[in-house]
Amino acid sequence: MKKYISDWTVKENTSIHAHYCLLKLVSGETFPETLPGQFVQVRVDDSSATFLRRPISIHFANTADRELWLLIQRIGKGTRKLSELKPGQKLNLIHPLGKGFSIPDTKNKRLLLIGGGVGAAPLLYLGAYLKENGFQPAFLLGARSEKDLLQSEEFGKYGDVYLATEDGSRGEKGFVTAHSLLQREKADFLYACGPKPMMLAVAKYAAQQAIPCEVSLENSMACGIGACLCCVEKTKKGNVCICTEGPVFNINQLTWPI
Amino acid sequence: MANLNIDIGKLHLKNPVLTASGTFGYGTEYADFMDLSRIGGVIVKGTTLHPREGNDYPRMAETPSGMLNAVGLQNKGVDFFISDIYPQIRDVDTNIIVNVSGSTIEDYVACAEKIGELEKIPAIELNISCPNVKQGGMAFGTTCAGASEVVKAVRKAVRKTLIVKLSPNVTDIAEIAKAVEAEGADSVSLINTLMGMAINIEMRRPVLSTVTGGLSGPCVKPVALRMVYQTSRAVKIPVIGLGGISGWQDAVEFILAGATAIQIGTYNFIDPTVSRKVGEGINAYLDRNGFRSVGELVGAMERG
Ligand SMILES: Cc1cc2nc3c(=O)[nH]c(=O)nc-3n(C[C@H](O)[C@H](O)[C@H](O)COP(=O)(O)OP(=O)(O)OC[C@H]3O[C@@H](n4cnc5c(N)ncnc54)[C@H](O)[C@@H]3O)c2cc1C
Ligand SMILES: Cc1cc2nc3c(=O)[nH]c(=O)nc-3n(C[C@H](O)[C@H](O)[C@H](O)COP(=O)(O)O)c2cc1C
Ligand code: FES
Repeated sequence: MKKYISDWTVKENTSIHAHYCLLKLVSGETFPETLPGQFVQVRVDDSSATFLRRPISIHFANTADRELWLLIQRIGKGTRKLSELKPGQKLNLIHPLGKGFSIPDTKNKRLLLIGGGVGAAPLLYLGAYLKENGFQPAFLLGARSEKDLLQSEEFGKYGDVYLATEDGSRGEKGFVTAHSLLQREKADFLYACGPKPMMLAVAKYAAQQAIPCEVSLENSMACGIGACLCCVEKTKKGNVCICTEGPVFNINQLTWPI
Repeated sequence: MANLNIDIGKLHLKNPVLTASGTFGYGTEYADFMDLSRIGGVIVKGTTLHPREGNDYPRMAETPSGMLNAVGLQNKGVDFFISDIYPQIRDVDTNIIVNVSGSTIEDYVACAEKIGELEKIPAIELNISCPNVKQGGMAFGTTCAGASEVVKAVRKAVRKTLIVKLSPNVTDIAEIAKAVEAEGADSVSLINTLMGMAINIEMRRPVLSTVTGGLSGPCVKPVALRMVYQTSRAVKIPVIGLGGISGWQDAVEFILAGATAIQIGTYNFIDPTVSRKVGEGINAYLDRNGFRSVGELVGAMERG
């Protein structure tokens, strides 16, 4: 897929609870085809503290309105600056990057999309894409507390939503992998995205139940385009760059202890 | 339009802008963003005789105006380069230069000999300065004796233009440059990365899996510029300057300091089109200031 560098305009920037924001961008130039699971490299600004671009998943892409949504957790200097952007300001992106999630070839599969915290970001576009293509995805979203559960209404547009929080403030209390849904029903395919321990737990469950499972990794990156070899993950084929071969991997490609 | 042509040994460049090894892949990674024929050349990833897996993740740490890397020369080896990559890039309309690395003299020579046979590769950049591999690499580049030994052996084995890439992790880089010049190097390029370190204070452990790594980006520019200045006054062969270049102004500084050509590394990650823009910027600068060729600008400083 051809990659582009271009300036996007901030249309809306909404803060969500204390630590998150939803950034809606509109494209000035062409709106390239974007697949669920792909990401962008954001140029925060040209200050010395945010020198490298920041990789952010595509939360949602709307070709008709030429809109791209990013769901961002403020954890440091760069994400803080992104959360402070005002409508009308410009943001330079390299887009679209990486390979996305795989789309099953038969429609009657039960697909469960499991997200943890801000890690759920790419699952919204995946869910929308799946629904548009005749699938019926369901979402299992987990977070530390209610204040870290993001966009659950938005997810509800594309399928059933099941919730879990570690403190029990919303949905079932506990980790996503302890949710009763997983006891009641066995999905045919799992997609997981979130903190590494959560993805590892999902991967273990998937391996036990022999359910195929894809996860999306967030290794730190410099270039995002396969040039620097900084973002490698140890796979069964050796070290591979997650920015070009991923960020999505089937768990059977990885060397995780599952 | 000033004349931007530059010759380095037998290597002819249409302009003095090259992209630095390890930061521009094989060029193809950037083809969506820019026309590669607009730059003087692409120096491809460090290539070794045998495949190398490189170091463990994490390999990168961002630093103020720069980054540390500890890639450790991950590459699939020279035979894979010849069978799988060379056919894809041989017809790109610019100079494709291969950066050759190794950990023993025999490996350097064997790898350079194989590259030496490739018709469309006009030059070799010999990396005697990688700080990220335990064995060799920088060990050769940090003493005059080590540098001489490896350059002498490779020089005997290859007739192509030989550029030797120097390490800044030395007391006197000009001395090393003189030593490799004496062994027949056609040019020296400098600088490779500076040894550095970063610590994650929450986890109380080094950020990089290797503890130390190589620093690059705009933060190293003043050091690089000083070294290019000192080296270009010590040797007669052309000096290729790099380290922290992020725009045409930086490139002009290096040329004024005595560099015949320049390379751009880390900044390609921030702006994948920077190398094209630097070429255009140098050209406009030459025109504005009445220079007819970029060669006239080399070392053209008032004082020093
Ligand atoms: C493919 C990919 C997709 C991503 N998608 C999203 C997304 O949709 N939404 C989102 O909010 N974030 C996402 N991230 C993570 C995001 O890139 C980082 O949070 C961001 O780069 C941090 O920048 P900063 O300047 O705010 O933090 P910094 O000031 O650079 O760092 C603050 C702290 O966070 C740590 N840190 C920085 N980057 C990472 C990382 N990648 N993983 C773990 N720890 C890190 C640092 O070590 C440091 O301790 C994604 C990362 C990748 C690789
Ligand atoms: C991720 C990365 C990988 C590199 N790999 C190599 C390499 O394989 N061989 C080499 O000679 N230099 C390598 N370098 C060093 C650069 O070519 C260059 O000398 C250095 O980064 C300084 O230039 P800059 O500040 O413009 O990046 C690498 C640098 C980076 C950042
Ligand atoms: S981030 Fe540079 S290769 Fe993946």
